[in-house]
Amino acid sequence: MPEFHVAGWIDAFVDWLLLSYGALFDGISAGILALLLRIQAGLEWLPWWAAVAITILAAYSLTRRPGLSLILGSLLVMVVALGLWPLAVETLAVVIASVVLALLLGIPVGVLMAESRWANAALQPVLDAMQTMPSFVYLIPAMMLFGLGKVPAVLATLIYSTPPVIRLTNLGIRQVSPEVQEAALAYGATRWQLLKEVRLPLAMPSILAGVNQTTMMALSMVVIASMIGARGVGEEVLLAINRIDVGRGFEAGLAIVALAIVMDRLTQAFARRWETPGVP
Amino acid sequence: MTTPAIRVSHLWKLFGPERILRTCDRPETFPEALKAGAVAAVRDLSFTVAPGEIFVVMGLSGSGKSTLIRSLLRLIEPTWGRVEVGGVDVTALDGPGLTHFRRTKVAMIFQHYGLLPHKTVLENVAFGLKLRGVPPAERRAKALEVLARVGLKGWEEKLPSALSGGMQQRVGIARALATDADILLMDEPFSGLDPLIRTDMQNELLRLQAEMRKTILFVTHDLREAVRLGDRMAVMRSGSFVQVGTPDEILAHPANEYVARFVHAQDLPGRKKQTQREKVVS
Ligand SMILES: Nc1ncnc2c1ncn2[C@@H]1O[C@H](COP(=O)(O)OP(=O)(O)OP(=O)(O)O)[C@@H](O)[C@H]1O
Ligand SMILES: [Mg+2]
Repeated sequence: MPEFHVAGWIDAFVDWLLLSYGALFDGISAGILALLLRIQAGLEWLPWWAAVAITILAAYSLTRRPGLSLILGSLLVMVVALGLWPLAVETLAVVIASVVLALLLGIPVGVLMAESRWANAALQPVLDAMQTMPSFVYLIPAMMLFGLGKVPAVLATLIYSTPPVIRLTNLGIRQVSPEVQEAALAYGATRWQLLKEVRLPLAMPSILAGVNQTTMMALSMVVIASMIGARGVGEEVLLAINRIDVGRGFEAGLAIVALAIVMDRLTQAFARRWETPGVP
Repeated sequence: MTTPAIRVSHLWKLFGPERILRTCDRPETFPEALKAGAVAAVRDLSFTVAPGEIFVVMGLSGSGKSTLIRSLLRLIEPTWGRVEVGGVDVTALDGPGLTHFRRTKVAMIFQHYGLLPHKTVLENVAFGLKLRGVPPAERRAKALEVLARVGLKGWEEKLPSALSGGMQQRVGIARALATDADILLMDEPFSGLDPLIRTDMQNELLRLQAEMRKTILFVTHDLREAVRLGDRMAVMRSGSFVQVGTPDEILAHPANEYVARFVHAQDLPGRKKQTQREKVVS
């Protein structure tokens, strides 16, 4: 059977994008970079002990569990003790920037999918592709369009981590009790009022579970992202791999796990605060 | 003669597969569709409800009561027929007109209360006013007043889940009263409640109705409730009214075997002896 390839078209398409919309990509790039630098500057300004204190206080005010709060604080202290705090800050900046963008894009898209059957049908396969396409495949065009550095790293993280919040926003809205929605309609709610007063607030626990998952996925991309210049703890892992330095790699891995646990517990606790009694 | 508060003419609602319903644009095509597998939840219904009247629709599960009551606000889109409520031809309204109609002319009370679980009792009661754009201070004042009227003073800041079923339905009633709509649609509002609470709520409704004189369309599957509350009542079966009249008329002169079975099956005060005697005879 004769072979059939799309590779040539894809190459041509990326070249064409680069030529015709170079300015647009520069603009996007500048915007993302500005957001990223601002977040990073904020994190760098904060001394490590203040970050630990804020984590403990936030965990306590969300969960009322002193033990858990102290454990989360000591995980960060461990990162500091390993001498990885400055790198962790760089990683966190990329993760937080990606999550912020993922939520800004993902929640509206999830709402759109819940509101429109057409959008739902059209976007489901896109989401599947975003989640299953090996990230190295889009790292190359991302690098071509945005160069090496933190911006393509944010974009690659974004592609990988946005689907959960989209899916869970969509699902959460679809699971809102039809009886409650019918009551709102019977009292003359418009489509927009129904969304704002009923569907979104009742979908909030599910949306926040999506925020949690998106955050975790973003963190799981840090090593891959550092291959195209995200630096941070991920780069430490890469260096350790290159030098076959098992101990150093393990320490970096430990730091990533510590960050993941802290972010997971904090976002989960935040999500739980939003659950209303009487809503399944 | 005064114009009726509700006038329903030749109302039909068919359910079934899209492919069958597509062909249903005139009543002449309906028998064909029904043969092909569509279901007529409401079948050529015509009736009127006078202003200030409690009109009860009674029927067994699946007789079409909920479909009928939802058709009046077009929560379910009728297949055919005309619905006029409060002088408005509901079937002719466009989107914004329908929204305005639902906000001002009618208020509905649901079997499962339909309260917003994330909003306080007060916010729930003020919900209709909020949708209408009433300023916060004004809707709060109105909601407080209505909550006091249904005996829920002191519960304003609770979430619905903190209330018992009977109290939640009081919130549902308060939400309906807060809109000042003249017409109330009640779909089995007390069916989920314990018998004692249920009687309390029926008394409460009669007390409120004595003050307010609303027009009420009340759906129930309980003959005893229908007889207690109804100025007039209809017995519904398979989408049609089998008999319409005052409760006394229906109890005394059941129009056919079906209604008669209904009347005898229920342990109505005053009819008890007769049913017992019949049991002995048969
Ligand atoms: N969305 C729907 N799709 C298909 N059939 C429906 C739908 N809604 C109702 N029906 C059918 O229409 C008929 C009437 O239903 P309806 O809910 O109006 O009855 P009801 O008298 O309110 O019953 P209940 O006492 O159980 O509430 C039933 O046979 C039901 O199966
Ligand atoms: Mg029903």
